[in-house]
Amino acid sequence: MEYLLHVFVLVCIYAVLTASLDILAGRTGLLSIAQAAFYGVGAYASALLAVRLGAPFLLTVLAGMVMAIVISLVVSLPSLRLQDDYFVVATFAFQMIVFSIFTNWMELTRGPLGIAGIPQPVIFGWHVNNHADFMLLAAGSACCAYVTVHRIARSPYGRVLHAIREDEVLARAVGKNTLYFKVTVFAVSAALAAMAGSLYAHYITYIDPTNFTVMESILVLSMVIIGGAGSMWGPLVGAAVLVILPEALRFVGLPSSVAANIRQILYGGLLVVFMILRPRGLMGKYAFGKGGTGK
Amino acid sequence: MTALLDIRNLDKHFDGITALDDFSCTLGEGEILGVIGPNGAGKTTLFNVLTGFTAPDNGQVLLQGNNLNRLSPHKRARLGIARTFQNLRLIRRISVLENVLLCFKDQPGERLSNVFFGWGHCRAQEASSRQKAFSLLRQVGLADKANDPADALSYGQQKLLSIVCCLAADAQIILLDEPVAGIAPKMIDKILEMIQGLPKQGKSIVLIEHNLDAVMQVCHRVIFMDAGAKISEGTPQQVRDDPRVIEAYID
Repeated sequence: MEYLLHVFVLVCIYAVLTASLDILAGRTGLLSIAQAAFYGVGAYASALLAVRLGAPFLLTVLAGMVMAIVISLVVSLPSLRLQDDYFVVATFAFQMIVFSIFTNWMELTRGPLGIAGIPQPVIFGWHVNNHADFMLLAAGSACCAYVTVHRIARSPYGRVLHAIREDEVLARAVGKNTLYFKVTVFAVSAALAAMAGSLYAHYITYIDPTNFTVMESILVLSMVIIGGAGSMWGPLVGAAVLVILPEALRFVGLPSSVAANIRQILYGGLLVVFMILRPRGLMGKYAFGKGGTGK
Repeated sequence: MTALLDIRNLDKHFDGITALDDFSCTLGEGEILGVIGPNGAGKTTLFNVLTGFTAPDNGQVLLQGNNLNRLSPHKRARLGIARTFQNLRLIRRISVLENVLLCFKDQPGERLSNVFFGWGHCRAQEASSRQKAFSLLRQVGLADKANDPADALSYGQQKLLSIVCCLAADAQIILLDEPVAGIAPKMIDKILEMIQGLPKQGKSIVLIEHNLDAVMQVCHRVIFMDAGAKISEGTPQQVRDDPRVIEAYID
């Protein structure tokens, strides 16, 4: 039972991450592979605040999100002026920089040793110290992330995001300051990813840089694509499938050394299969990317 | 007639190809100005320079006396210059109605902060925009298609929609790039009739078109350009009878 709850919490944390990437890549067409970097910024910011200063949970989450927003502005203002592929490369570079900082800034992050003993959350006297409670917290956070994304998607603001995804030239021709939309949606995405990071840090109570590698970014991207980018339930379904499927492998009875490798193959294989056979993902209406058609 | 738009000495070269060569002209209020010329004459480049997508090598674009040169495309659009595209641009996966809604200027609901904190106010604004968009669509007979995806419209209807979008943007200057190319005769009449009615709504039009009959029918004044330069200018009749124009079209 504990184990099932644990899997459920992971699904919820990844659902927040996929929501954060979906608003950016799925709905605005800005492909970013820096999601794990913002996830890490949120995790490290809230872990450090909690461990070193004893700050309360909600404050650390908020601080992580604010920090992610500030960093996102520094990254996006120059890099969003770049065209499609160059933007992806810029996010990749940023991801590598953040990972290096986590690994090498020993005084702050303790590098590869990681940060241990992160306190479990206390929210207005509610001690979230067992799996069931944490499940509620994680589910609540996932709901918040989804409500945020859908509220944005259904607003006039979201309509402009959609226009940017399909035809940025037209969006500019009808008077939309596309840089404003791209910078702000990047900030929202970063904040949501940071929220997932804070949750993760306070749930596992230990973080180290290996949690926030570029592979993690690509995993989240795979979830979004396999679930169906830009659709209502796609990112949630993608998160569930790619968390539960590898967990299910545990019960096949493979030795753990083999299982770890098979997982990597599974992610890659699934992604390739989906790109070929069903580019719109499980729940999506349209293929991922700008030129995608409904077919 | 005071010039609404004053285009002065535009030059533009692309790797040795001359797209605009010391091109000057004006557009008066309520005027329909036709621009004709062979393919590659620089007509679309002219539109791209006017809307800020292409920077000219030389020359100026003045809107009511204000130099637009340093303004980005979205700022020019907000000043009231709308355009359609030769290769027809619409947001195809959203509805016809939403395409029109996208074009309204200064929507409070387009500010991110209002998505979270100004919901009520934005909703009211959005509802009134919807009303306006519906009435625009009704005027051109697209109201019954309002909720279909833009992609589901016929080519002619899509061209019609792109003009409606310019009206929604409340632009004073509308640049139409081949609005009747490649569509059925019946739809051509409908679109031309619509264009002819625009000056009465306070709009000024620049029209690029290869269909000379259409140009002769609706334009008050016509410019013939070739290799980026203005060759001939005058009433539709004068330009059509200009030997240099006849020569270029026979070539």
